[in-house]
Amino acid sequence: MEKIDCIFLRQPVSDRLPLFKGMAYYLIKKFITLLILLFLVSITVYSVLFLLPGDPAQIILGINATPETLENLRSELGLNKSFWHQYADWMINLISGRGNRSINYDMPVYELIVSRLSVTGPLALMAILFAVAISIPLGVYAARHQNKKGDLGVMFFTQLGLATPEFWLGILLILLFSVHWGIFSAGGFPGWSVDFWGSVKSLLLPSFALGVIRASILTRLTRSSMLDVLCEDYVRTARAKGLKERTVIYVHALRNALIPVLTILGLQLGQLMAGAIIIENVYYLPGLGRLVFQAIGQRDLPVVREVVLFMAVAVVVVNFIVDLIYASIDPRMRLQKM
Amino acid sequence: MKRFFGNLNFTLGFILSLFIVMMALTSLVWTPYDANSMDALHRLARPSLTHPLGTDQYGRDILSRVMVGAVNSIIVGLVTVGIGISLGVFLGLISAYFGKFVDEAIMRLSDLLFGFPAVLSAILITSILGPSIINAMLAIGIFYIPVFARLTRAVAMTIWEREFIEAARACGVNEIYITWRHVLPNILSPLLVQATIQFAVAILAEAALSYLGLGTQPPFASWGRMLNEAQTFMTLAPWMAVFPGVAIALAVLGFNLLGDGLRDTFDPKMVRKR
Repeated sequence: MEKIDCIFLRQPVSDRLPLFKGMAYYLIKKFITLLILLFLVSITVYSVLFLLPGDPAQIILGINATPETLENLRSELGLNKSFWHQYADWMINLISGRGNRSINYDMPVYELIVSRLSVTGPLALMAILFAVAISIPLGVYAARHQNKKGDLGVMFFTQLGLATPEFWLGILLILLFSVHWGIFSAGGFPGWSVDFWGSVKSLLLPSFALGVIRASILTRLTRSSMLDVLCEDYVRTARAKGLKERTVIYVHALRNALIPVLTILGLQLGQLMAGAIIIENVYYLPGLGRLVFQAIGQRDLPVVREVVLFMAVAVVVVNFIVDLIYASIDPRMRLQKM
Repeated sequence: MKRFFGNLNFTLGFILSLFIVMMALTSLVWTPYDANSMDALHRLARPSLTHPLGTDQYGRDILSRVMVGAVNSIIVGLVTVGIGISLGVFLGLISAYFGKFVDEAIMRLSDLLFGFPAVLSAILITSILGPSIINAMLAIGIFYIPVFARLTRAVAMTIWEREFIEAARACGVNEIYITWRHVLPNILSPLLVQATIQFAVAILAEAALSYLGLGTQPPFASWGRMLNEAQTFMTLAPWMAVFPGVAIALAVLGFNLLGDGLRDTFDPKMVRKR
């Protein structure tokens, strides 16, 4: 790292790429990498599930089906074509929007995903809100009281949070709030159109469980990032100007300290999805996680494929966007070897 | 020794992990009850003197099952970290040594693995190969390969630049020997730190997979599996849902702190920032 910076500084100004050209070059390079990565992801998802034991035709028709009907269904589903042929068919169906149909629900997978996303999406969003609302004040507090009792306390709780499985926290919350106090229901989801506030309420506990665990990582990050920023010259300048401590902390320091925190928040999306799969099973929420988990059990290949692809693509694309935001903030990123 | 125990993280982590390991070792020779023996008369019994942590829906002693579960978790940790280290270090060394195209290929491949939500892929793998503890370990272990590969590559690349490597080369030592004698020993301490932390992560991952029914299969005791069974009897026997979770949290906390403590002592520069 240091070495790159030194070389960079010694370069005469005229040799450097102009800002705009550098950015365009970076964008194109990044975009091509994204496309390759997406292609690889789709191939991986497809080929992994190609290996799944169990004949889908047999599953649809049951064990009493005659060989002829089985053969007919296989050719109807395109199961006797080659791997690449099937992959191409699948991709074309995906891109053209005609969609592949779920074996079990007998409806386009696309529609299934959209309807289930109305649970997982808000769940993830609420979890992020909880995580941010808890971690940023705690992180700032810990950084301002570095190595004092308050800081040690906060750090201890984040260690506990890192060690607690999300699903166990979920179970404990059910024990406390539904079994003991009876304020919340132990699981299930009424549906947005049936009972809006009931739906929000049924997402509160699971999103809290997810959010608190994410918050322990983010708190540590906010703290260390804040500690870095508090040593910077501009913070000293702000203090020397006689600004109020509040203004220095929240306007000057926090805004810069949040950049790495936001990056990690973006990168945590994958883990959030994984957490959602488990927590949806704890609370019996009809979201994407439960959908894919049940589909695996029922050997509903088209559903598994597309949900997994959807999640993987979401993670890859979010990482891409985070990279771009980072590059637009920090010009050094563009010149770095990718 | 004093250097290690002067560190609070290390000391706490050491005590907690030692506790878990001792619990596992004890269970190999002695448990209060047979972990799998059912007792129809004492089903869902409250914690009491005879059953300190209560019993489950078959009347099995929860303390005994928590103790046996520790063995399960430790085996999972060892095997998964073993898979990750053996393949990851190998790939990382190759990546750092050859650079260029080989490096690019290995690193992009590990990007691909990183891009996937790990639990989702573990669910996929266990569902393809069938739910069993071996497959769960395989699924977790595969995701450790890029973790160790990247770490090894990053450290190895800086070591190849150092003067003593140049000196060894000038002496005409062959490069495989340099890797073995000079590069590898210098990677050991960051590897140990990472291994300890991944050990903790493996315990968490196994618990999650077993909770979903994809890891350890009944009748074997696993902390995650016990929590799964506990959820059905939550109103009747809340203690079933508490103690296995406490065990997971303590084990993970212990190994995490141990890892942090090791890092602090190996790399004193990090202590101030942490």
